[in-house]
Amino acid sequence: MKPRLRDLGDTALTLELGDRVDVALNARVIAARDALGMLPGITDVVPTYCSLTVHYDPAILSRDELAENLCRAAELTLFQGTSVGTLAARWQIPVLFGGEHGPDLATVARATGRSESSVVETLCGAELAVFMIGFMPGFPYLGELPEGLRLPRRTTPRSDVPPHSVAIAGAQAAIYPWPSPGGWHLLGQTPLRMFDLDQPERPALLAAGDTVRFAPIGKHEFADLAAAVDAGELPRAKFLAT
Amino acid sequence: MIEILVCNGYATVQDMGRPGFRHLGVPLSGALDPVFLQLANALVQNPPTAATIEMRLVGPRLHALTPVLIALTGSVDGRIESVDGDLRPADAWASHHLRTGDTLILGEVQGGVAYLAIAGGVDVPLVLGSRSTYARARFGGLEGRQLAIGDKIKIARCPEQLGEADALRDRELRLPDPPRLDRSPIRVLAGPQREHFTTLAWSRLTSEALVVSHQADRMGLRLNGLRLDHDPRYGADIVSEAVTPGAIQVPGDGRPIVLLADCQTVGGYPIIATVIGADLPRLGHALPGQALRFVEVDLRQALAARHQTAAELAARIASLRPSHSAFDADALYAANLIDGVIDANHAA
Repeated sequence: MKPRLRDLGDTALTLELGDRVDVALNARVIAARDALGMLPGITDVVPTYCSLTVHYDPAILSRDELAENLCRAAELTLFQGTSVGTLAARWQIPVLFGGEHGPDLATVARATGRSESSVVETLCGAELAVFMIGFMPGFPYLGELPEGLRLPRRTTPRSDVPPHSVAIAGAQAAIYPWPSPGGWHLLGQTPLRMFDLDQPERPALLAAGDTVRFAPIGKHEFADLAAAVDAGELPRAKFLAT
Repeated sequence: MIEILVCNGYATVQDMGRPGFRHLGVPLSGALDPVFLQLANALVQNPPTAATIEMRLVGPRLHALTPVLIALTGSVDGRIESVDGDLRPADAWASHHLRTGDTLILGEVQGGVAYLAIAGGVDVPLVLGSRSTYARARFGGLEGRQLAIGDKIKIARCPEQLGEADALRDRELRLPDPPRLDRSPIRVLAGPQREHFTTLAWSRLTSEALVVSHQADRMGLRLNGLRLDHDPRYGADIVSEAVTPGAIQVPGDGRPIVLLADCQTVGGYPIIATVIGADLPRLGHALPGQALRFVEVDLRQALAARHQTAAELAARIASLRPSHSAFDADALYAANLIDGVIDANHAA
């Protein structure tokens, strides 16, 4: 599909690179974000699955100048391919699976014809892309899940998903930063904060373009990490994969 | 400092919003009507970005724990009760001094949203560059929530006059020509998924009335009265992409939702139209049961409207007059007339 520009009102412009959920397409969106850079008058640059939206102040930046820059950024992504930019981080996120922390693990195992440990192993074996952040502050949409774990959403959504829950639905995974209603299957919980106002430079742990690998941990490690997070003694860099 | 004595409406701390973090899922937030917010701040000589109290439904009852200068904008009137029981009016579109112990009693907010500014600005911590409340994630404003009985609201930058109520009285200003609520059709641009809808849906949106439902909050307004059908070739779902306040998104049931300041940063419903920036404040004033009409404009007209709004705001701020000064323009004018009459008599 040819890149298209669409106005989202008089203060935002969307560059659309495609119309499906796809890792390679999303990587081009991220590359376009990195190629665009910050022009005076741009207030927010929001990458999503297959589009890049720029919110701008029309009193400072004209729509046409922004459009030109977005088109140039789109062209650059064609030449540079989809190499992951230098801004991307690779995260290893510790997760306590099953039990009260992941109340749907048994159901997912049954529905996919696997053992619980095979579900965990398959999920942790995949490197997932952070497609975008949305729904709530710090909420990452991750994908794509291995084929064998893909299930429709729960027929009855929960009204109270506990914060830090790791959940799957369809070809995607997510981590809930806050308590919230939700219809995804809950497999486990991470002790890490997905959104932390004590880190004002980048309050969300994850950004679009990063990658995530889940790592299973036990009860004691979960408790130790949770205590260290609460005490502010756990630098995020500790969870960057080397 | 002021204390909330009664709060039956929905009052939150808001400023001009929290841009710059939408890629991390943090909504813009901020005042539903930034023009009224800036006028309230101008009436107490605050910078336009100072935090104020946004009021919906009915205004709170407040107690002054120190002398303060406050201003009201919007369709809300109040009165000030002194410790001795004396009552004086506290009209909107003016600033008013409160002595220690005075109570400010505010009435119903008739225009959907009104603002209370305090000289010096509401002192709550800056969160990601803004003091606006985002209740859903419980941050910003006062502890990330609406104001409640017993809350004590600190003032950010204490004016040097604090402690002297008479000096605050001399700083009272009023706006001679307040903005009137515009009832003309709300101007929209074709939305990014305009072609996902039937031509009938588009012509109905831009010619018939929609009615604000009771599902109305700072995130958005659900509209009744018209069903906007999706073109069956596209259906009612899109791959989620960025949204913005003013976007009119239409889920599968065909009932549109207009997004407001606290809306999510991304959404998966097609957007048929987007309200232009200049008309966005009007959505904050829309009440359940009210009919809204929309009319299509182009980007050039949207920008012209934006310039006009900015120019009108600047003109209104320039027109603010002291309420009590001996050099009040009206007083001078009246005095000259009388002088003229006397002179004429002398000449005769």
